[in-house]
Amino acid sequence: MSKKLIDAITEMREEDALKITQEMLDKGTDPTEVLDACRKALDAVGQRFEKGAYFLPELMLAGEMMTQITDIIKPKLVGMPESERLGKVLIGTVEGDIHDIGKNIVSFMLDVNGFEVLDLGVDVPAQKFVDSIKDFKPHVVALSGFLTLAFDVMKNTVEAIQSAGLRDEVKIIIGGGQINEEIKEYTGADGYGKNAMAGVSFAKKWVNHK
Amino acid sequence: MANQLTKEEKLEALWQGNLSPKDPEGNPLQFQSSEAEQAYKDRILRVKDAIEMKKLPDRVPVSIFPSMFPWNNAGMTVEETMYDYGKCGDVFRDFVIEFGPDIHWGAYAPGSGKMYEILDYKLYSWPGHGVAPEHSFQYNEGEYMMADEYDALIHDPTGYFIHTYLPRGFGGLGGFPMLPFFPGILEIYGLPTFFLTFGLPPVQATLQALMDAGGEALQWIGAMGGADGALASFGFPILLAGFTKAPFDVIGDTLRGTKGIMLDIYRQPDKLLEAMDALVPLMIGMGIANAQQTGNPLVFIPLHKGADGFLSDEQFKKFYWPTLKKVIEGCIEGGCIPLPALEGHWETRLEVVQDVPKGKTLWMVDQSDMAKVKKTLGKNACLLGNVPSSMLSLGTPDQVKDYVKNLIDTAGKDGGLIICNGAFFDEAKPENVQAMVDITKEYGVYK
Repeated sequence: MSKKLIDAITEMREEDALKITQEMLDKGTDPTEVLDACRKALDAVGQRFEKGAYFLPELMLAGEMMTQITDIIKPKLVGMPESERLGKVLIGTVEGDIHDIGKNIVSFMLDVNGFEVLDLGVDVPAQKFVDSIKDFKPHVVALSGFLTLAFDVMKNTVEAIQSAGLRDEVKIIIGGGQINEEIKEYTGADGYGKNAMAGVSFAKKWVNHK
Repeated sequence: MANQLTKEEKLEALWQGNLSPKDPEGNPLQFQSSEAEQAYKDRILRVKDAIEMKKLPDRVPVSIFPSMFPWNNAGMTVEETMYDYGKCGDVFRDFVIEFGPDIHWGAYAPGSGKMYEILDYKLYSWPGHGVAPEHSFQYNEGEYMMADEYDALIHDPTGYFIHTYLPRGFGGLGGFPMLPFFPGILEIYGLPTFFLTFGLPPVQATLQALMDAGGEALQWIGAMGGADGALASFGFPILLAGFTKAPFDVIGDTLRGTKGIMLDIYRQPDKLLEAMDALVPLMIGMGIANAQQTGNPLVFIPLHKGADGFLSDEQFKKFYWPTLKKVIEGCIEGGCIPLPALEGHWETRLEVVQDVPKGKTLWMVDQSDMAKVKKTLGKNACLLGNVPSSMLSLGTPDQVKDYVKNLIDTAGKDGGLIICNGAFFDEAKPENVQAMVDITKEYGVYK
């Protein structure tokens, strides 16, 4: 049954995926087995996205399937342990910018690649990044921005993290519309991601180095 | 239909109108000098030759297509540009005269903050209404059309906009859902029950908001149109008619939102395709109407959700391109020059979008590799761009000059190129923007 669920999610057969989930639960399957299958399926979806076989429609539908399946099994999940995660990433779109599509894709890809992600949303002031670094203790901070105004705001955010004495605690990656190597240098970030997968690779590299 | 003009004649009429500009009273425009008059005509013909790709212009044309840069550069906040129309137009006029591009795009980017207030516009946040005074307005993406409303949109797109979509996007249009079905006005019977709708207080409040918004918009256009007229008298033409959109982006940007349309590709692909088909004639009509109203040929088509990475090749060919192609062809048929903007990266789409008639379109290129664009799309279409925003903002004038020279060598040797920034920008070093214009005039001369 697990294999059938993995295939249904991976192949984007939404109705089948929900039906199989229900059947598994009706037969008394352990909810952790269902969740495990979902993780494997999302991993496969993520791999296809990396290879350029899947795009936004598949990522979003996979996300929708996960939400629905989680809703179905949630009542049976009480008290279950959280799974091991690779590392923590704090992510947000910088102050003054309210674009979120790119950031959401990166969040999703980090999540399916095994990271614990705290998404601060859009228009996030530098101080909020600083406060969240203290509370959440991420390995990586990802700053997103689509507008040219984000160049300076990202620079200021990196500086705020520096002045708070937290710069050595985290690696900082930036990404979004007009971001490139030049902007990375300008802002003082450690890396920039041309796409979501580049972001994930950076995060993996840095977590492994720790 | 003996008097029907061909598409070539319709377009030529627009060009001739541009070459003989009129003042607001309809008399021939008084230029500041005979040099200004000559420069004005030279600039239009330079751009026309570049677009048509029949003969080389005297040199590569250059343009600046900014968002808030002209006003930022003059020390104005975005908030001021949206509320002080006179100053907005004056600053823009001075900006064009100072930097000296061949064509400009008008002071239309900021828009009227007051008008958005009157209508209680929900789709954007703007200074004082969700963003800081110095920041640009930004789009609030959302699901403004629900997943089960495709049939309503397909059967009567205009009715759907009036009764359902617009009241969601504008708090001030709350009376629209009460409006009657207009094609129901057929006989004397029923007229009173039809027109009583207009006596209802919510409808009257909406009508009042429309009149107030219209008055505000007239004041605004007076200032911006005034700047265009002044610039023409100094020798700087505007060729922009307005805009239209790819049907996929109408639904993906404005109606269903990114998530909505991406899910619809799997959940209700046939409805999505049918709805895009229904939007094609409306988007063509919008482009042509803009050109006829302004007398300008260029119909801007900002392209968003077809960029690299959003869709697979198959999805792009099935969902994005067919209806966009129809809109492009329809606008050409109506005597306009479509100006699609390849925002972001479009390298994987070039083989597909190069299928356009030669010399009838102009494409703005943002970050795609210009050598690749030239070899594909550039065989059939003039390219506008692709000086990077990051370089204009953080680079040096020498870097900009080297970039532009390389661009001309790569994509401009045999015509079909207009140098310009690739993406709309708010921030830049003015000396970099000036370098982009100056080096094109110096290095771009065809011998």
